[in-house]
Amino acid sequence: MKIAVCVKQVPEGTSLKLDPGTKRLDRSGEGALNHFDANAVEEALRLKESAGDAEVVVVSVGPAGAADALRKALAMGADRALLVSDDAVAGSDLVATSRVLAAALEREGADLVLFGQQASDSDGAVLWAAVADRLRRPLVSQAAELSVADGSLRAKRQTEFGYDVIQAALPAIVAVSDAINEPRYPSLKGIMGAKKKPQETLTLGDLGVDVGQVGEAGSKTEVYEFSLPPSRGDSRKIEDDGKAAEQIVEFLAEKRLV
Amino acid sequence: MSILVFLEHHGDELQKGALGVLAKAASLGDADVAAVVLGSGVKPLASEAGRFGAAKVFVADDAALEAPLPQPRVDVLAKLVRDHGFESVFFANSVLAADVAAGLSARLDAGLNWDLTDVVAQDGKLVGKRPALQDSVYVDVGWKGTARLALFRSGSFDATTTQGGEPQVEDVAIELEEFSQAAKMVEQAHEADESGPSIEDADVVVAGGRGLGSPEAFSLAEDLARALGGAVGATRAVVDAGWYPYSQQVGQTGKVVSPKLYVALGISGAIQHKVGMQSSNVIVAINKDPNAPIFEFSDLGVVGDVHTIVPKLTELVKQRRGS
Ligand SMILES: Cc1cc2nc3c(=O)[nH]c(=O)nc-3n(C[C@H](O)[C@H](O)[C@H](O)COP(=O)(O)OP(=O)(O)OC[C@H]3O[C@@H](n4cnc5c(N)ncnc54)[C@H](O)[C@@H]3O)c2cc1C
Ligand SMILES: Nc1ncnc2c1ncn2[C@@H]1O[C@H](COP(=O)(O)O)[C@@H](O)[C@H]1O
Repeated sequence: MKIAVCVKQVPEGTSLKLDPGTKRLDRSGEGALNHFDANAVEEALRLKESAGDAEVVVVSVGPAGAADALRKALAMGADRALLVSDDAVAGSDLVATSRVLAAALEREGADLVLFGQQASDSDGAVLWAAVADRLRRPLVSQAAELSVADGSLRAKRQTEFGYDVIQAALPAIVAVSDAINEPRYPSLKGIMGAKKKPQETLTLGDLGVDVGQVGEAGSKTEVYEFSLPPSRGDSRKIEDDGKAAEQIVEFLAEKRLV
Repeated sequence: MSILVFLEHHGDELQKGALGVLAKAASLGDADVAAVVLGSGVKPLASEAGRFGAAKVFVADDAALEAPLPQPRVDVLAKLVRDHGFESVFFANSVLAADVAAGLSARLDAGLNWDLTDVVAQDGKLVGKRPALQDSVYVDVGWKGTARLALFRSGSFDATTTQGGEPQVEDVAIELEEFSQAAKMVEQAHEADESGPSIEDADVVVAGGRGLGSPEAFSLAEDLARALGGAVGATRAVVDAGWYPYSQQVGQTGKVVSPKLYVALGISGAIQHKVGMQSSNVIVAINKDPNAPIFEFSDLGVVGDVHTIVPKLTELVKQRRGS
């Protein structure tokens, strides 16, 4: 079995901001593996461990720096990495990104393609459905449990109404929730070994994707302007120095809540 | 301007969120507003949409659409949009609607803006309002070309009725792709049994997240809730992990609560959680990560460990309330 895991490099921690010039996310700072994607990598590794014989390839569309995120996934235990990196891809929206990612996945021809719950910078939780449509493969999203047996998968998902169980024959696409597992930390051996694992970088040309169909040219949405949200009045933040419980009670008393 | 609104239903009820989006579409002025209902045995639901502003309702009624799965719905919507030239398609966010909207985006090469909290019509163009980056910035977004696909954040609009009368109802014949029917529903969610007081009615909700560290640690939330005379809530992460029952979940796929006091223990404050509790009167959060998004919308944010703070807090509240 071959499992492809789609992962994204996102700006680290709290430095999320928009670049006023390009109106795109400022990606100049440090980047990290989108933590929701670590759940997808972990799930792939667990499926591999229980299947005995499987290959896990991590796939990303992004700037050259996204190789760091891929290396983290390799250090966790993935076998191989594929990065699609091309200046023309910058500024791609859902339509354009899904086109590039689908082209890369088409080339891989995996039995199972896994996604994380959402990219922490876009909060979209949408990319998989666009990719599934382009690849013409069955899709299950929000999977909180996943098992694969006899060429088909079974997943449990939570919706607004409770839990569903869905089954699909492979090849198929699954987006996992962040509750599906607890991602492992890369071991020192894993980190050392990651450098020696195959890491391939492709351009749009390698995938046969036309540059006019990606980036801003290929995108169907645009950003006009941005503004700051209204500030939240008198909100307070305190650091616990041993007196937090007392301070909370004082606050609640002031608001007549105790 | 023509707008098609995707009306999701559960059982024999149209979803309020979708009706809210329909009412919003109808309020945009000189728009041709139609709605679409897809499912099995859903025809009787169509007429209700008239009261929320749909002049016309398309009904795709077929056993193949019984299960709430996205891919067959993409097939039906794509054909509707192509046949009738709808310029916009609006969706109220849900697990199902998000997958339908994104699938349709790829199928039609049509732009999708998500997590919108509002939309306005300006010179024949639509401009969406989107809080982004953990709601730290509000972005005005638009579409290049048609169809314009818009996915609205839960709870953005009230389902207000209009004078609209009986809508014109049109049956649509469906043609489904083979791959769209490959995923099968094995077991479908049923209305959860509600026992005990609902968190929606409580004046105080003490909610726990993964930061509590273990199912056992939920006793911290329970003790504090008891002391405050409130109910216990939970995040999806801990419900999915089996730490707490689904009936107590707060958020997009759980309950929407607006108590006088909401106490968040070890909760990061993801958007999907926020939409379920942001209208609480007073929000207090305890989280050990000073950068947790929850602090952005808390009246009192406490950077610290729930395990040391909460037992003390519960004692102090008990003393104060003399119990
Ligand atoms: C379609 C969809 C629907 C969703 N619906 C919902 C929904 O209805 N409800 C919902 O809640 N989520 C929902 N989610 C999931 C949501 O995105 C988050 O993943 C989830 O809310 C995170 O739960 P959490 O805050 O418990 O866990 P985490 O995000 O893991 O946060 C745990 C927090 O605890 C803090 N912490 C850790 N240890 C301590 C300690 N000792 N003391 C204090 N703080 C500590 C950490 O700093 C962290 O901020 C949905 C997601 C999607 C994609
Ligand atoms: N540029 C990318 N390259 C590869 N995978 C991605 C990329 N962006 C997003 N993903 C995957 O799609 C999921 C959902 O992303 P989004 O819809 O942007 O929230 C993420 O959790 C990743 O698994």
